[in-house]
Amino acid sequence: MSVIAPKFRLAYLLKGVLNDVFWIIVLLTLIGIPIIMIVLFYIELPVLEGELLTPFLAFTMLFHPELAMPLIDSFMNTDFFRMAVFPGFGFAVLIATGTIFAERKLLAKMQLRVGPFYCGKIEGILQLMGDGLKLISKEIIIPAKADKPIFWAAPVLFIGTAAAFVALIPVAPGWVVADVDVGLLAVFAVVGFFPIITILSAWSANSKFPFIGGIRALYQMVSFEIPLILSLLGVVILSGTLNLSEIVESQASFPWIIFLPVGAIVFFISMLAELERIPFDLPEAESEIVAGWLTEFSGMMYGLVQLGSYLKLYAFAGLFVVLFLGGWTGPLLIPSTPPEILSGIEVGPIAIDLPGSEKFVERTLNAELINGVIWFVLKTVGVIFFILIPRGVFPRVRIDLLLQIGWYKLIGLAFVNIFIALGVLYSGILEPGVIF
Amino acid sequence: MSVKIPPGLQLEKVDERIMTLNIGPQHPGSGHMRLIVQVDGDYIVACDPDPGYVHRGEEKMAEYRNYILNIPHLERPVIHDSCNILYPYVLGVEELVGIEVPERAKYVRAIASELNRLSYTLYWLAIYGIFLGHSTMFMWPAGDRELAIDLLDKLTGARVTHSYFVPGGVRNDLPANFEDVCIRQLNYLEKRLKAYADIFYDNPILISRTKDTGVLSREDAIRLGTTGSVLRASGVDFDVRTKEPYDAYEELDVHTNVLKNGDSYDRSKIPWLDMLESCNIIKQALEKMPKSGSVRVKLKPNPKGGDDEVYKRVESGRGSLGVYIVSRSKPEPYRLKLSVGSFRNLICLPYLLKGEKLGNMPAVYWSLNYWPVEADR
Repeated sequence: MSVIAPKFRLAYLLKGVLNDVFWIIVLLTLIGIPIIMIVLFYIELPVLEGELLTPFLAFTMLFHPELAMPLIDSFMNTDFFRMAVFPGFGFAVLIATGTIFAERKLLAKMQLRVGPFYCGKIEGILQLMGDGLKLISKEIIIPAKADKPIFWAAPVLFIGTAAAFVALIPVAPGWVVADVDVGLLAVFAVVGFFPIITILSAWSANSKFPFIGGIRALYQMVSFEIPLILSLLGVVILSGTLNLSEIVESQASFPWIIFLPVGAIVFFISMLAELERIPFDLPEAESEIVAGWLTEFSGMMYGLVQLGSYLKLYAFAGLFVVLFLGGWTGPLLIPSTPPEILSGIEVGPIAIDLPGSEKFVERTLNAELINGVIWFVLKTVGVIFFILIPRGVFPRVRIDLLLQIGWYKLIGLAFVNIFIALGVLYSGILEPGVIF
Repeated sequence: MSVKIPPGLQLEKVDERIMTLNIGPQHPGSGHMRLIVQVDGDYIVACDPDPGYVHRGEEKMAEYRNYILNIPHLERPVIHDSCNILYPYVLGVEELVGIEVPERAKYVRAIASELNRLSYTLYWLAIYGIFLGHSTMFMWPAGDRELAIDLLDKLTGARVTHSYFVPGGVRNDLPANFEDVCIRQLNYLEKRLKAYADIFYDNPILISRTKDTGVLSREDAIRLGTTGSVLRASGVDFDVRTKEPYDAYEELDVHTNVLKNGDSYDRSKIPWLDMLESCNIIKQALEKMPKSGSVRVKLKPNPKGGDDEVYKRVESGRGSLGVYIVSRSKPEPYRLKLSVGSFRNLICLPYLLKGEKLGNMPAVYWSLNYWPVEADR
């Protein structure tokens, strides 16, 4: 038979881990230390608790962890951290790249193959890094007759819109980039941008296959936005608010999927269509129109669109969790840290005093945040798993069947869902907005 | 000097609504050919298949080689169905030279050609799966094809391009213990084939996509001269193995699968039913085969035919495959003509695609059981 993957050996695994750790340390020292130098010596430093952070102080902090606590605390409470690192872009990119890797391995297991295997020694864990490097190193080719400014702007706009969508998703109590009172309407507004970007990029490429793909994407996204919006009205009726954080808080005792399973199903199917996932990947149908509206993108432009579409996938999965599965709510997994161990760490003869840690744990790294993030990530990963599964099971649908599903079946079911919500409300089982 | 510009390159006056798409030769859904498709919105108004990108002049090349040297290069058009494309040639040469094949060799030929049919059809099915966007249906048959290829490797010593059939029999006898391995692997393959039905043929999305698309009526199927699975999907009971049995097929019990509707779904289901039938035929052949005896009659060097013409045809993976050999008392054939199923099935593509949606194009095109390299010869 053909190439068979080598059997699992603990020694190989350990060798692989050590190998990766070695290279990570080498690369971090080569790239990380120069970056620290640049940041410390050329960038204006912040003032912490009345004291200017100097390079000298920063180096001191590396060897005295107790001095670093206030710095970490103040950094974690800045807007920049929220936008760039935790509930915002960095966190979403982490989950998105994890999704790409999990998708490739999961699909490979369903199709009786091994998937990425050799890059990074352990189950091909560095394959994505290799693919990213390949995309960056590729030449970007632009069609001669393309409308260049719009064509260049399309991938950037796409990933920007996806990041804006990510910014609206609350991850833990108080941990959301943009906590707007009309959160759900903002979500619809952002989602409405995707077809515009798609048709702009498709039209500006001035090529036939992207044009057909763009028109298909426009048809698909516009017709599935209606059931998408209608299916969420039930949640709004029951929780009595449009703010996503408040919608999560309204599900403290039970998630809305118990009352609104129809709405959840309609939302899930519309979500697959909005994400252009199989079986609704008509805008990128390979055997009919090459790669649809992505045909003329090359190199990192294509990489950006792909990253943007996976960010969008994470955001939609997060939205499903927030609206139907109760967001960050769930049983307490990790209890609050007892105050006596906060003041310092004592292991045998070594004793480290951590003066700022009590305030840090109380204000930022509390049990609410940790448990919330754990529950949110668990639920989101579960939803992402269900989004990935159809790719191994279904073929692509045809455009007329797709529109038929959208306009005849899903809109009807969405209305049924609204009537269920109203029935629950008027029969007195629940009252609007007073559950929490 | 006027140069005739090929269709699709010349300027033509068309309606403003109509867009011409060049699907191929560099397109993931075309193969080694080009389809010039004119679409009005999502509907195809005209389709002009343009094969010929891999024309190699196999027929002309055959005129410069003697009957034995022709074997390795005549199987090039369909390297993964190479036993079947050699079969009519070998039968024709045997009739020209006038030799009788040993009984055991006839059964070995049937086994090799059915294994080849399995290997070809699994490859075809894998591509049909990926054309419809079903990536699991690409990976499963492509992986299970290894079973058939492994058996052929044991039998002939090559994974593809076996050069196994020679005038006068087959190149070598079955290896030791071949029967047990073959039956074990075929049983597993039958189990896998039934799993394909669960994930692919009974899939509601696939049925809604391919049912009633590209319908070829019984009359049109006969009028346009289609063959093989396309003909049998339109309700015509024709199989060369049963209608004009050759070699061991005279004694083997071959069941012809016929479906009525003539749409893409039926056209894609016939090869799957044929694969199950192939497993059955191989098991029968292994049972009925004489347990010992010669498998090859030695020929004189440079065999010559008389002033004679011969036409032989067999059932290949794509339908009836005929070879016409004209001999003029020389070691080389005077003229050799291949009549292949792929090209005959391609003829009905413009009729089937007219009025269909663009999304149906891959489903209809690849359901014709078409192999571009074989059509170009």
